[in-house]
Amino acid sequence: MTARVFVPRDSGALAMGAESVAAAIRDEAGRRGEPVDVVRTGSRGMYWLEPLVEVDAGGSRAAYGPVAASDVASLFDAGFLAGGAHALGHGPVEAIPYFANQERVTFARVGIVDPWSLDDYLDTGGFKGLANALSMGGAEIVDTVTESGLRGRGGAAFPTGIKWKTALDAPSDVKYVVANADEGDSGTFSDRMVMEGDPFMLIEGMIIAGLAIDAREGYIYLRSEYPHAHETLRRAIATAYDHAYLGDDILGSGRAFHLDVRLGAGAYICGEETALLESLEGKRGMIRPRPPLPAVSGLWGRPTILNNVITLASAPLIFEKGAAYYKDYGMGRSRGTLPFQVSGNIRRGGLVEKAFGLTLGDLLYDFGGGSRTGRPIRAVQVGGPLGAYIPESQFDTPLDYEAFSGIRAMLGHGGAVAFDDTVDMAAMARFAMDFCAEESCGKCTPCRIGSTRGVEVIDRIRADADRSGNLRLLGDLTDLMLYGSLCGLGGLIPYPVVSALKHFPEDFGAEDVKELNLPF
Amino acid sequence: MPDPDTDATRSALALKLADATLETLRDPRGALLPILHAIQEEMGCIPESVIPAVAERLNLTRAEVYGVVTFYADFRTEPLGRSVVHVCLAESCQALGSAAVADAAKAHLGVDFEGTTADGAFTLRKVYCLGNCALSPSVMIGGDVHGRVSPGAVGELIEAGRAGP
Ligand SMILES: Cc1cc2nc3c(=O)[nH]c(=O)nc-3n(C[C@H](O)[C@H](O)[C@H](O)COP(=O)(O)O)c2cc1C
Ligand code: SF4
Ligand code: FES
Repeated sequence: MTARVFVPRDSGALAMGAESVAAAIRDEAGRRGEPVDVVRTGSRGMYWLEPLVEVDAGGSRAAYGPVAASDVASLFDAGFLAGGAHALGHGPVEAIPYFANQERVTFARVGIVDPWSLDDYLDTGGFKGLANALSMGGAEIVDTVTESGLRGRGGAAFPTGIKWKTALDAPSDVKYVVANADEGDSGTFSDRMVMEGDPFMLIEGMIIAGLAIDAREGYIYLRSEYPHAHETLRRAIATAYDHAYLGDDILGSGRAFHLDVRLGAGAYICGEETALLESLEGKRGMIRPRPPLPAVSGLWGRPTILNNVITLASAPLIFEKGAAYYKDYGMGRSRGTLPFQVSGNIRRGGLVEKAFGLTLGDLLYDFGGGSRTGRPIRAVQVGGPLGAYIPESQFDTPLDYEAFSGIRAMLGHGGAVAFDDTVDMAAMARFAMDFCAEESCGKCTPCRIGSTRGVEVIDRIRADADRSGNLRLLGDLTDLMLYGSLCGLGGLIPYPVVSALKHFPEDFGAEDVKELNLPF
Repeated sequence: MPDPDTDATRSALALKLADATLETLRDPRGALLPILHAIQEEMGCIPESVIPAVAERLNLTRAEVYGVVTFYADFRTEPLGRSVVHVCLAESCQALGSAAVADAAKAHLGVDFEGTTADGAFTLRKVYCLGNCALSPSVMIGGDVHGRVSPGAVGELIEAGRAGP
């Protein structure tokens, strides 16, 4: 019997040598004359174990990791093809607490199936949601999304049903669906994991969005830093065309949907939806003033559903299992699950899909296992480079959109980046301003000039040059940027800066932050 | 001195790439970025001398094309080294010491960010996040991402990524 061995092709696993491990397994199997079928999968998201090799062992999959090519011979010696004991063994992968304690809803297939295989997708419930959506009218599709409580996973948490309804109601004979796959936030990789590990789910979600508003064309705007996601998407799209999930006549329904991938070119601002649309149109990624909303006037001035990858990838399940199934997860107005991503200085970095409501501390300690350096975790930036730094005293905050707004922070795309007690928070505040200066589209003064001034002001504070005057200046500057910027880059960068100053004043040599007239 | 022959050859190649790219697009609108990616992939950069030809093909002004080329970090008008070393400097990698990794890469290559080694083998650049944050610090060499890179290991990784002329 041919043994099946699963080796991820996820780019995180590849970054740790998965390609040479896969090759070593094939070679060693050949040398020993043991028939082995090496299946390439996405990642389970337990990155500290990558490359994580799994084998079919009587109904469950036994896990070994992190495996180096040089470990392969000893794995064969230990009989790993039948789940044999080995120092790198972890037993059944689904019993590893990190994995067992999650709610893998959107990520149910990632790390398990071969992402290039349509059969794998169909065998695990794929395209059932589409079949259901094909029997519904546009308004019914939109109502289902509204009922599910799904909110945008790209950062702003805007109710997806309302966005889709706006695009449905906007009169036009041509409409578009755009997936925001720019994923520029440090500490986030869930979009990448879906695109590399379960691309048909995103495609299916986009087709459903197309059916909802009668859009017949869609684009995935993918950051250029993700070449493996690009290849997997291209293959999956070609397969979907071959099997009439895409094209002029979806599954004989008479409905059409075409899909293309377009690459970004290394600009963080192009993750912002209006800059993204400009970029898709072949222009510089400059922010468009709003209104009009993209749902009313988006790509080429047409009504456009523009959603994050995870938002769109959540749709197939909602249509397969029903809105109520999805809505049953979560707390308050944060329904469903969020794929949290924990990284930075953390022992067990990776993806944790959970219903909203676990605390930040649970994520950092129960899942993450504390800092990688073994020192106390001092600060955590949640929600990407525009998100607030959170001190230990607030680690008991539930991961929920409203709870985070309540502490003047944001969940954003669900990334949490941990820093130990060697971090210099004034340096991190300076980095935030510098990042903003570098990535600013330049359209409005508070951001373009303010961020450069911000770097200078923080430099003076750190050099103890008129510290109290410059601290007050920083308060005024962040206030101006918060209220005067045209978009979320300049408008949110005060969050990491002000939170660093407020929670870690000692790093700025600030004595009384209440004096500083901070915006929050 | 601009060399008219080379400029003409380059422009002809750029136009060929532009036309080939346009063929692959279902909607020719918004073709500029895909075309610039194709040119840079093939020619190593987007020579300023090809901009007029590309602009004319797409009915854009030279200023519009130039504006796009300069806006995006990926696009360069000067050739890069044969391998590009990207050191991630975003927050997650910073939290595990990417600054020291960057210093080690600079020392190994003898260039600063945006610098190209004298033999043309490497260009050193910074990047903000490669999506490999759970395995920070991350470095990308010639398109291959490496995780958990220590300052002591980066030189060897760079050498392994050396591409022939
Ligand atoms: C500076 C900036 C960068 C952004 N980057 C991203 C991104 O990389 N991916 C993303 O999905 N949304 C990003 N957003 C949010 C988008 O503008 C938009 O709200 C989102 O894509 C809408 O989709 P959703 O409703 O599904 O979240 C960014 C916003 C700002 C202000
Ligand atoms: S806030 Fe910054 S990025 Fe946003 S529009 Fe203004 S200048 Fe552009
Ligand atoms: S922050 Fe370096 S890979 Fe994401």
